[in-house]
Amino acid sequence: MTTQPRLVEVRARILKENDVLARELRERFRQAGVSVISFVSSPGSGKTTFLEKLMARLGERHRIAALVGDLATDNDAARLGRACSRVRQITTGTICHLDAKMIAAALEGWKLEELDFLFIENVGNLVCPSSYDLGEEMRVVLLSATEGEDKPLKYPTIFNTSDVALITKMDLAGATEFDREAARRNIHMVRPGMRVLEVSAKSGAGMAEVEELFAGLRVAHPRI
Amino acid sequence: MHELSIALSMLEQIEEEAAKHGGTVRAVQVKIGVLSGVDCDALTFAWEIAREGTDVAGAQLEIERVPLLVRCPGCGSTHTPEIQAIYCPECITPEQDILSGRELELTSLEIDS
Repeated sequence: MTTQPRLVEVRARILKENDVLARELRERFRQAGVSVISFVSSPGSGKTTFLEKLMARLGERHRIAALVGDLATDNDAARLGRACSRVRQITTGTICHLDAKMIAAALEGWKLEELDFLFIENVGNLVCPSSYDLGEEMRVVLLSATEGEDKPLKYPTIFNTSDVALITKMDLAGATEFDREAARRNIHMVRPGMRVLEVSAKSGAGMAEVEELFAGLRVAHPRI
Repeated sequence: MHELSIALSMLEQIEEEAAKHGGTVRAVQVKIGVLSGVDCDALTFAWEIAREGTDVAGAQLEIERVPLLVRCPGCGSTHTPEIQAIYCPECITPEQDILSGRELELTSLEIDS
């Protein structure tokens, strides 16, 4: 005798556990009054250099901290540690992205209400981080002038799930014949209306505009 | 490749559900949106590794790929654009209201009693 298999409806998000934890983190950040911004990009697009310069600037008037994700080494945390005393490395081993659980664990012992900004540098990867909510208020995707202008078309999901795009290494744009209009057009193909900023961490060009954008989050969400 | 992490999350949920209902899980149905960041072939491969040696080792993964469905706030029409060109083909409004395509959902299980 054969029995008919039963169909059991589940209808649950596969990353439910991460989503729930990310929601809790977002609420914790909101209550503590800290603005949390995450950064995603491919390896070598200049996340750490950009953050180093940004933190040195913002650190003059704001209380900042950073979490840095990498598969191995704490080199990036050591670099950012020169700009800010509150930096922690998250070493993921073989995992190609940060998740909400890693963020929660890395925050252990930090008093969030003593911070204005928390920056999260994700593992250099344009694919995997797109599926994981970290509880951040803003996700910034970086694309450097030394990469192809068609990166947004090759990695549409990460661009679509980000809030702001930052084109870095603009000081090299001439040397690489980077087509800024094509890059902007491609970004807007996969994420219409997205704000795009151009910076050079090396020369400092465009950094004031980025600083202004982030400082605007402090006005929008004052400490409660 | 984060599909193994996704497969392991699925496995955890499936084992939980299976324990509640009893029986042997024969098939697992999931919905994966084109804008979920998950590759279906990689997920199928990862599932075969994840299920090995577990109580659901015989469960087949059945993936429903969910296309992008977008509503244009400009003209109100709905359309299913490619993920490389998300704008309204009617009025070229560069805004979007994504109705579906981000799914990463465990939909149902087929269980033998």
